[in-house]
Amino acid sequence: MGGNTTVNLVVFGVFVLLTLFVVYRAGSRNATASDYYAAGSSFTGRQNGIALSGDFLSAASFLGISGSIAVNGYDGFLYSIGWVVSWLLGLMIISERLRNTGRFTLGDVLAYRMRQRPVRAAAANVTLVISLFYMVAQMAGAGALMALLLDVHTKGAQAVVIAVVGVVMVLYVLLGGMKGTTWVQIIKGVLLLMCVSLITVFLLGKFGFSLSAILETATRQTPLGERVLEPGVRYGGSPLARLDFISLALALLLGTASLPHVLMRFYTVPNAREARRSVVWATGLMATFYLCTLVIGFGALALVGSDAIAQAPGGENSAAPLLAFEVGGAVLLGVVSAVAFATILAVVAGLTLTASASFAHDVYANVIKHGKADPRSEVRVARLTAVVVGLLSILGGIAANGQNVAFLVALAFALAASANLPTIIYSMFWKRFNTNGTLWSLYGGMASCIVLIAFSPAVSGSPSSILPDVDFQWFPLGNPGLVSIPFSFLCGWLGTLLSKEQADPVKQAEMEVRSLTGIGSGLR
Amino acid sequence: MTKALPPPTDSRRARAGGRGFATFDDPADALLTDAQGNPDFAAIQRSDDFRELRKRIAIFVLPATTAFLAWYLGYVALSAYAPEFMATPVLGVLNTGLLLGLLQFASTIALTLGYARYARRRLDPQVTAVRALTAEDEERG
Repeated sequence: MGGNTTVNLVVFGVFVLLTLFVVYRAGSRNATASDYYAAGSSFTGRQNGIALSGDFLSAASFLGISGSIAVNGYDGFLYSIGWVVSWLLGLMIISERLRNTGRFTLGDVLAYRMRQRPVRAAAANVTLVISLFYMVAQMAGAGALMALLLDVHTKGAQAVVIAVVGVVMVLYVLLGGMKGTTWVQIIKGVLLLMCVSLITVFLLGKFGFSLSAILETATRQTPLGERVLEPGVRYGGSPLARLDFISLALALLLGTASLPHVLMRFYTVPNAREARRSVVWATGLMATFYLCTLVIGFGALALVGSDAIAQAPGGENSAAPLLAFEVGGAVLLGVVSAVAFATILAVVAGLTLTASASFAHDVYANVIKHGKADPRSEVRVARLTAVVVGLLSILGGIAANGQNVAFLVALAFALAASANLPTIIYSMFWKRFNTNGTLWSLYGGMASCIVLIAFSPAVSGSPSSILPDVDFQWFPLGNPGLVSIPFSFLCGWLGTLLSKEQADPVKQAEMEVRSLTGIGSGLR
Repeated sequence: MTKALPPPTDSRRARAGGRGFATFDDPADALLTDAQGNPDFAAIQRSDDFRELRKRIAIFVLPATTAFLAWYLGYVALSAYAPEFMATPVLGVLNTGLLLGLLQFASTIALTLGYARYARRRLDPQVTAVRALTAEDEERG
């Protein structure tokens, strides 16, 4: 692409060393479980809001969305709208109640008024599955991204890159715990936002601060012409494609604020008011970010053109780097690459921490040790889990490298929307909801998602499938949310009614009062 | 952040027996706690202050959530099933779809700030009032 590999490598190296130093300094006193899982709840709402956007905005958001806008125009823009709007759910329904009710994990909240062991085991299972799928997608993406940015084209060299990403992310988590990882998110969030807003201001300046001028130039640079500004380029046509699109939109809307690594962020602040403030900050930052990607996407189309983007290695994903090279030469390309690299590292570190917390706190301490684990050994188990999760995701990432794994990201959102969200809603708002219903909605949502995706065209039966040569698909949509989300609600309802178990009114009162006021949580 | 003070009329005293005036002889057991000083959650859940809190949350969150869900899903449905309408030019090359999309951003920001303001003015003071029913804020100084 004309970039300078040495420049890129140096920038990456500096970023990694700098963040490792910060992480080491921040995390040197990770003595207690609360430090390791929730940074001692010591971050302010604003800091956590920046970290939330850092945690959430993956490379798929940065390179993927700007590229998708450059290629599919309007239909790419639709993703970002779903991701911004969905934070309202996090703001008004989830963040404050979660902060007041739980301590470290989603299992704390879901098991609050239920039988502890089965519910915690189920919540941990769902968290681990979502985290692993999402991480494998990110790691495979890291391989593809490095192929693009560092000019590494052999599978072996890409495997080395993936392994390096995995090792650095495990180091962040081991050295820094939640505090160190949060600082990585903050640094990365600030870098990413500065990077996209500078490019945006530059682009706007180039076109006389007129969005129309950018859009108009963009339409002349693509064979789609004006159609690039209209719906239907990517998801138009057949009724099934439209339904698939609705299904995707639903999963984005309901899944975002129920992703396990996002939920866990709400525990790093001292109280519900700060949790609310973090979502307010995160929403503002993400709205800014996605507005910038809109300009960057159409700007890339206007300045680079659709042919050049399609022919570049990495296709769509190369739109933002190509634009950076076009407007700022090798240096800006190096900066954009480093930011993309930082983005991947930070997101996978957040996921590793979440997975390790969920296993150590829910499975080890509460299921295996019946809630009587020594906090020191709990943290030791969490660290060990982080290493295992890191290894698994490196192996998964190497195996999935080069595959079309975009569906794994959609699957992670669908899983969060189908398994986590209905269960959270029921346990907070439905008095009669009981242990059986909790298990049914968690496992029902998770199983339906995985089964539907396994028999969808994403896995088999079409040229772009993982297994293009066999055909066992019968579910026509690539996004299972439209079916699996209502199915999970239905499971939770049926599971509750079909069980003789009565919900515990005392615990229900305690949970409701505590979730709205923080009474009994020790927070203030 | 400054802590909101409880409302000047102490509803807890006023409610306890409907005496209207509180005297210094009032027993301190107006607190909804058990013998060990732990909060009595069932009593709090039944208290007027907590019901008021729940009502204030519902008054804002229910309509707001319904509205933004309908507005977003409506927008998505229009994009999927009425592409011609969404392609109607409004301002130069800016068409209905892009404009409505930008409006989604604007409405999200507006609702976020609106909720933050409402929570600060109407919810936080009520939370403080409910917490005053317990010894929650006193024991830790």
